[in-house]
Amino acid sequence: MKQEELNFEKDQFAQTMIPGKFAKSMRTCVLWQLIRFAILNVKMIIVVQKSH
Amino acid sequence: MARLVVLGGGVAGHTTATFAAKWLGSEHEVVVVTPNAKWNWIPSNIWVGVGQMSKEEVTFDLAPVYAKAGITYKQAKAVSLNPEGNESSDKAFVSIEFTEAGREGQTEEIEYDYIVNATGPKLNFGATPGLGEGSQLGEHTVSVCTADHAVHASKKLEEAIEKMKAGTRQKFLIGTGHGMCTCQGAAFEYMFNIEHELNKAGVRDMADMKWISNESFMGDFGMGGLHMKVGGYVVNSKLFAESLFAERNVSWLIGAHTNKVENGKVGYELLDGTMGEEEFDFAMLIPPFAGVGLKAYAKDGSDITSTVFAPNGFMKVDGDYTPKKYAEWKAADWPKTYQNPTYKNMFAAGIAFAPPHIISRPMSSPNGTPINPTPPRTGMPSGIIGKAVAHSVTDLILKGENAHLHEAPMTKMGAACVASAGKGIFDGTAAAMTVFPVVPDYETYPGTGRDTDYTFGEIGLAGHWIKHVLHYLFIYKAKLNPGWTLIPE
Repeated sequence: MKQEELNFEKDQFAQTMIPGKFAKSMRTCVLWQLIRFAILNVKMIIVVQKSH
Repeated sequence: MARLVVLGGGVAGHTTATFAAKWLGSEHEVVVVTPNAKWNWIPSNIWVGVGQMSKEEVTFDLAPVYAKAGITYKQAKAVSLNPEGNESSDKAFVSIEFTEAGREGQTEEIEYDYIVNATGPKLNFGATPGLGEGSQLGEHTVSVCTADHAVHASKKLEEAIEKMKAGTRQKFLIGTGHGMCTCQGAAFEYMFNIEHELNKAGVRDMADMKWISNESFMGDFGMGGLHMKVGGYVVNSKLFAESLFAERNVSWLIGAHTNKVENGKVGYELLDGTMGEEEFDFAMLIPPFAGVGLKAYAKDGSDITSTVFAPNGFMKVDGDYTPKKYAEWKAADWPKTYQNPTYKNMFAAGIAFAPPHIISRPMSSPNGTPINPTPPRTGMPSGIIGKAVAHSVTDLILKGENAHLHEAPMTKMGAACVASAGKGIFDGTAAAMTVFPVVPDYETYPGTGRDTDYTFGEIGLAGHWIKHVLHYLFIYKAKLNPGWTLIPE
């Protein structure tokens, strides 16, 4: 069994989604996260501007 | 010369006072009354609670900042309001009691032309037997509500880690300490920051971790949950939250009213009416919030507290407080200007204003125990409301009593929220979310109640970087360093 799928063994976790190895690695991939950092900042600034 | 008194020096009070002082100039006086000597960037208390930041990194002395801004600072707590004055004077005043070292217990009456109540909450530990007494944390659990609490929590966590390294399993129980709590987000952050630290210490396999919460479903967060755009889908926050808990192997107990805390054990009642107990070795349970207990008196000395404040101690403002069924709740119920309806020179900002009702669907057990989150109004909403109130009071003073009041309804205001899930420059993560509006408006946005173009969330290192940048940015702003007004709330 893949490591990331082990937690599905618990009844409480069986009906949700758990990220696989690739999705988890992208969360801390510095290059990809630099891009996300820029995008998230733009999105948040838009929401902040709409709220003032 | 007019005098504005601001009660409280947290996010809302500090924002109100500093902007009002800047806009009013030296011809008018701004007075801040706060029992604290230090300002605290509360979102970073999470990192103090896991030993990743010191108390000094999340606090700074208020006195030099207020001296620089020309604000009169009184380290004291407000005790009562006399909005009509008393028998010897028609001038409104607030009675305060000093907490400053050397002046403890001394009292003073401060006359005002305008007053803003931004006292924040009383941390009502005493609402749950065993969780604490009044606003004092008890001995069985820890807290991250204040910087001092977080320092204590960090020491206890260190002890727990040492026990695990010595081969003793530890059970962590994190969440809410009462059925009417808010601030689930802080508990959520603390849970995953502990989990991250346990992994770093190499003892995660020695820990059992459980979430206990008054939410009726995972991801409610006191906002009735939210639908957000993730990976091209619009998904409910329930799926988002459950996924993270399952991934990190943290089990949950929801719809729970914690009704008793003892040494190593909590008692709870669930939404289906069943009672149970949960053991723990380390517990951080958020207390419910209440108003700080300000009293109000009429000119003849009669008690008018119930006229000025709601039963929970928060100040009544321009919301619609008529009791209504959930199906009849509307966005229009929520306040816009935060002006007290009885005394027009009185405003409330941040947590101190009384919400017209909760945001989440009201729930109670068959025994009649209400178990539902109360509305969050911290962080960005507190700052925006504080600034709008400062603008209104400034205009009332400079342009006269018929000046237009500025509006900041939570039904037309979004919020950016970054919930840390572990600190680390290359291995940290945080859930970065925005929601628009904070209070759902089903008339404008049928379906989800919110604009899904501006409501999104994702977890990753970028979110952690943003939270870290915001830590320095907001402390820089709160210290009134050059360009502080350019940084949004």
